[in-house]
Amino acid sequence: MSDELYQTRIVALAKSKTGAGKLAAPTKSARRDNPLCGDRVTIDVTLDDTGHIAEIAHQVRGCLLCQASAAALASIAVGRDAGGIAELRHDAERAVGREAGTAHEPFDAFAPVAAHKSRQECVLLPFEALKDALS
Amino acid sequence: MSFDVAAVRHQFPILFKIIDGRPVHYLDNGASAQTPLAVLDAVRSYETTGRANVLRGVHRLAERATELYENARADVARFLGVQPMEIVFTGGCTAAINLVASSYGQLLKRGDRILISELEHHSNIVPWQLLRQRSGIELDMLPLTPDGQIDLEALPRVLTSETRLISLAHVSNVTGALLDVRKVVEAAKTVGAKVMLDGAQRAPHGPVDLGALGIDFYVFAGHKAYGPNGIGVLWARPELLDAMPPFMGGGSMIGRVTLAETTWAPAPRRFEAGTPPIGPAIGLGAACNWMAALDWTATHDHEMGLVQRVLDGLQKIDGTQILGPASLQNRYPVVSFMLDGVHPHDVAQTLDSFGVAVRAGHHCAQPLMDRFDLDGTTRVSIAPYNDNADIDALLAGVSHAAATLR
Repeated sequence: MSDELYQTRIVALAKSKTGAGKLAAPTKSARRDNPLCGDRVTIDVTLDDTGHIAEIAHQVRGCLLCQASAAALASIAVGRDAGGIAELRHDAERAVGREAGTAHEPFDAFAPVAAHKSRQECVLLPFEALKDALS
Repeated sequence: MSFDVAAVRHQFPILFKIIDGRPVHYLDNGASAQTPLAVLDAVRSYETTGRANVLRGVHRLAERATELYENARADVARFLGVQPMEIVFTGGCTAAINLVASSYGQLLKRGDRILISELEHHSNIVPWQLLRQRSGIELDMLPLTPDGQIDLEALPRVLTSETRLISLAHVSNVTGALLDVRKVVEAAKTVGAKVMLDGAQRAPHGPVDLGALGIDFYVFAGHKAYGPNGIGVLWARPELLDAMPPFMGGGSMIGRVTLAETTWAPAPRRFEAGTPPIGPAIGLGAACNWMAALDWTATHDHEMGLVQRVLDGLQKIDGTQILGPASLQNRYPVVSFMLDGVHPHDVAQTLDSFGVAVRAGHHCAQPLMDRFDLDGTTRVSIAPYNDNADIDALLAGVSHAAATLR
């Protein structure tokens, strides 16, 4: 039930606000909207010479799940390139039950979202924005 | 007559279900209302004893279906205080507005202007933007007051001699604000503009006297007015319907078809091409009759008493803010609020765990959200079958969200 959705780890991730804000001089930025619910995520990144993320920051106008996902992503994105972020997305998809397999830290925190199909896009929206930023 | 909420509730079986271990506190009526037995029975009766297509057949089932369909048109007309042949059945409220934009829109020319407001539902914005792309009309906006009402003081400033149509929400689907129709119609007359009202949030709260309103077009949705999905209504003055060209071609809407040319049927058939949504129309007729049988003075008092309970209760929860009229004046039973530090979707999700159904988000009114710089709101929309227990469950859920999510 919904009570279980807001379990401690998800709330803690959202409240951590890891990576929340803007970068002073981003290499790339991208914004993604969810037209159904109105959630909006803007991601800034700076990239090194090899296309790996050196810095990341996000601005989320959205729900707690979206904030938590953006924070989780920001916590482990540095040092990864587009392929590495795609791997992380698979982990998030596994966590919310869209792909088979076991999700890993930190995205395993989103396992309760598997029972709430209408909220899964909230978790995945930061990935969409970051994918655009890296494309 | 008076109002007996228990008797009303008994006509809605879903309100007595236990779903996933929780009772049903349904406060999302502004999205879709529940359906009383009278409506379900009418649709079932058609489907089981009279199902056939309308207008074409000579067999008894076809004649019976046609009679039921036209009776439903008469029921809807009675609910609005107009004549049956002025009622066009559509696929919904959005379809009805699009019909006007497509058909009446063909009567407009480049440079003509249409006036809407910043609080409109997307269905009363986007069709006009599409018309602007097609035919070069201009679109003007009425601004809002700080409490989420359309600022009619701005009318003299935004109306021009080129304004052909003013299209506004009768009741806002976000703020619950009731439009001062008299003021709009008076202003429209000064420039010769027509007036259309989006009645989606007003029609579910009792019969509407369109003659007294003095407007030109009215639309509403069946599923928000205790009827089935897939049915809506356009009412227009007969001289307007007569002047409007078809917007969709097919069977039923024709006078005579040859390979060279086609003539059109008179309204309302001209606008009902193809097989119409017969069962849903019959259900909507039953819904209008169901509403008309209520004592709306007492029912409105009941609904607004619940609104007051919501407003009072929310005020006691730290960090809540109402978007809309603060009192019961100039409002209908739709209440939007924000809870500081908690996103509306998280409020709504928490409420779901209390068995409370509400809508959260932008409510298909993104320009309104932009105007107030909001991510969204949590919206409570009340129907006659709601009671104090529904509101108390709502308030308990909001308190829980406030305590746990920020």
